[in-house]
Amino acid sequence: MVVCCCLGRTATWVSYQLKIHAQKYMRSPLIPEMATQEVQLNETLAHLKSESESLKSKLEEERAKLHDVELHQVAEKVEGLGQFVMKTRRTLKGHGNKVLCMDWCKDKRRIVSSSQDGKVIVWDAFTTNKEHAVTMPCTWVMACAYAPSGCAVACGGLDNKCSVYPLSLDKNENLAAKKKSVAMHTNYLSACSFTNSDMQILTSSGDGTCALWDVESGQLLQSFHGHAADVLCLDLAPSETGNTFVSGGCDKKANVWDMRSGQCIQSFETHESDINSVRYYPSGDAFASGSDDATCRLYDLRADREVAIYSKESIIFGVSSVDFSLSGRLLFGGYNDYTINVWDVLKGTRVSILFGHENRVSTLRVSPDGTAFSTGSWDHTLRIWA
Amino acid sequence: MKQRAEGKYERYVNEALEPSRVVRQENEPCRFINRKKNSHIFVLLQSSPIAPLTLSPRYLFVPFQMEEVIARMQEEKNGIPIRTVKSFLTKIPSVFSGSDIVQWMTKNLDIEDPVEALHLGTLMAAHGYFFPISDHVLTLKDDGTFYRFQTPYFWPSNCWEPENTDYAVYLCKRTMQNKARLELADYEAESLARLQRAFARKWEFIFMQAEAQAKVDKKRDKIERKILDSQERAFWDVHRPVPGCVNTTEVDIKKSSRMKDPHKTRKVRLMSRLMAKTSREKGKSLTNNALFSPESSLIGYTEQYLEYDPCLTPPDPSNPWISDDTTLWELEASKEPGQQRVKRWAFGIDEVLKDPVGREQFLKFLESEFSSENLRFWLAVQEVKKRPIREVPTRVQEIWQEFLAPGAPSAINVDSKSYDKTTQNVKDPGRYAFEDAQEHIYKLMKSDSYSRFIRSSAYQELLQAKKKVNASPFSKLLLYSKFVFLFQIKIKGLVLTASLCILCFTEK
Repeated sequence: MVVCCCLGRTATWVSYQLKIHAQKYMRSPLIPEMATQEVQLNETLAHLKSESESLKSKLEEERAKLHDVELHQVAEKVEGLGQFVMKTRRTLKGHGNKVLCMDWCKDKRRIVSSSQDGKVIVWDAFTTNKEHAVTMPCTWVMACAYAPSGCAVACGGLDNKCSVYPLSLDKNENLAAKKKSVAMHTNYLSACSFTNSDMQILTSSGDGTCALWDVESGQLLQSFHGHAADVLCLDLAPSETGNTFVSGGCDKKANVWDMRSGQCIQSFETHESDINSVRYYPSGDAFASGSDDATCRLYDLRADREVAIYSKESIIFGVSSVDFSLSGRLLFGGYNDYTINVWDVLKGTRVSILFGHENRVSTLRVSPDGTAFSTGSWDHTLRIWA
Repeated sequence: MKQRAEGKYERYVNEALEPSRVVRQENEPCRFINRKKNSHIFVLLQSSPIAPLTLSPRYLFVPFQMEEVIARMQEEKNGIPIRTVKSFLTKIPSVFSGSDIVQWMTKNLDIEDPVEALHLGTLMAAHGYFFPISDHVLTLKDDGTFYRFQTPYFWPSNCWEPENTDYAVYLCKRTMQNKARLELADYEAESLARLQRAFARKWEFIFMQAEAQAKVDKKRDKIERKILDSQERAFWDVHRPVPGCVNTTEVDIKKSSRMKDPHKTRKVRLMSRLMAKTSREKGKSLTNNALFSPESSLIGYTEQYLEYDPCLTPPDPSNPWISDDTTLWELEASKEPGQQRVKRWAFGIDEVLKDPVGREQFLKFLESEFSSENLRFWLAVQEVKKRPIREVPTRVQEIWQEFLAPGAPSAINVDSKSYDKTTQNVKDPGRYAFEDAQEHIYKLMKSDSYSRFIRSSAYQELLQAKKKVNASPFSKLLLYSKFVFLFQIKIKGLVLTASLCILCFTEK
């Protein structure tokens, strides 16, 4: 839509210029065809532009018809949450530069984290021991993921690739030797995630596309086009039968995709700035997004609209990362003002603010069993909160 | 040339001093604050003048938010009172105290906790919107420490990227001002020495620049000079922070790469996007069902899972991260499911399929009814989707032979439409060859087999099973040995405990 409007504007400018030039050309009998062709092109563009505008307004109309009550109104009868106390239980030190991304292993205690200096470290967060370390050939490793089996990690960033490293039990073995390059994009890799198996990886990139890859062969299984700018984040639907994922980008849009067909099945554009993080609600019927406009928003997939906004006048820094607690009652947001805000999803109020990091919180994930959540920050450390 | 340099520097000084109070205009549509965009400062003789970069406002969200707050702070009526403080022999112009800021924020920004106000204030100081007049470290203290507003010229939204040569000129100029209070701090002296080595060949020009600027400064009014000096120092405290302090000018590379090329458009296939949108419009069945309330389903889900959420209900026996005891994880990994876990399987078929123990129990139950082929088919298809693409064709054939081919050993019942489609798909096997059949089988299991499983005696038994006290062998030993000691059977007791030891370990 944004591209359409841009095109529309350039179209009007182009048409104006062409009119002037067309008048010149019309006088000379040599190139009359070109002039008419240009005029036709302008008409098509203008027609497309008006059609897209009318479609957009019709969509908003239909959505408004179904809108009855706000989530927090319905949630008034729900019991309030009691005193909320969460503290840092573990601090993981070892990265030499900003921590950019992290992911939990399915065993609920191991994590993989990546940083700006190219290092990817696998920790046993419970004991705070480092188990593996890999140095990537590029800096700014912005994405990392743990395989469901716990036997491999994937990471990537400014090298435009996603590489998979199998983790061996032998600590002395050089992991970099077994590296496998899976994904190839034309711009930085912003996020990656394994699907339910070790054999497929879903990636999103600064080139505006997402893609599904077969790990073993490196083959592209499906690509997803539709974002008009960099795609910054993605999340897979949690259900066993689900075949969808949601992505958020710098075009302020959050798109829901069907993995089988590659089509965008739903799209939401209510944020005022880049969407840095998207995460599904545990039931898979909704998802939350965090953006540079300092708000988190909840979108319901069945109602096809935004149902809640989590914001406060005193919060003016963007959200870098969001995640839900196991029941979906709490939404944790990592912010660029070095804090973590905990929101009551149903009532829309802030339950707690957590201090501790000394620089931006760049990544936040809740553990697979919900007992703790981990944050990574530009202050070179990771913290486990419970 | 010197005169020209002086003239330009003078103009910058005038401009920098001018709008220290921002006048908010009514009905201002965009967030830009009106000021000259292309004025230069620090004209270097041989290099291009540094100037603030002009950027599209989309990438400057946070600075604009902060600037709005600053603008409100500077308002005549409801802002922070700025005053000139008379101290021994000197006047300190244009200052306000730290506690003034905290009080204002608590009142005007909907902040209840003073800790939060302090944190936000420190961040605004660290970004350079106001600064302590007698400290290089940019933090906010809730006391009588004096602070001053930064001139809008130096605000981060102007996207300054000052070079090391500019810093060198600044430090050099500082050394020329022989006042005790303007002496270089240790880290500044170190930086100056480093820059002198780096720019050894250019140093003459740098020195000339510094001299020219110092000369202009001397002509200034004393009060103005004080203010300007402090603002310039604060500017450098942001861009060349004290070692150990956070550098707030660091940008996320994902955003900065776009800042350099904000008008980069993507070649999106316009027609296809429009087509997709129109088809979605037509295809979407507008469920105008007034009874359907998506909000209530979200509420229902959270209420159902409240007792399973460790953040809200402390887990039994304890949260490993808090108590350093991994019993919870060991219990979950064991083959015997706890009562709470079994209860969860009744929430929906997905819960049973997600939990490996649940799957096992479900399969066992179906095998007892001789109807396990549906579940086995569903599990096999899920497995295929997880295999590498190379193995898919063979696996698809195997599944076809096992479950769907005429005369298959574990024949499943699929409707004719799905069967035809699947027959077609198998000829050109992909990961989604059995999609339709799988969906049909899933619906069948959900409505039929699953509800029977939940009502079955096997499931009910698991649900009623009392929780076993899973004591470790050591504690059991302790119990028995205590018992023995009480009855003072020494040798016999020893023999007894030894045999019980063996019993314990074999039991385990």
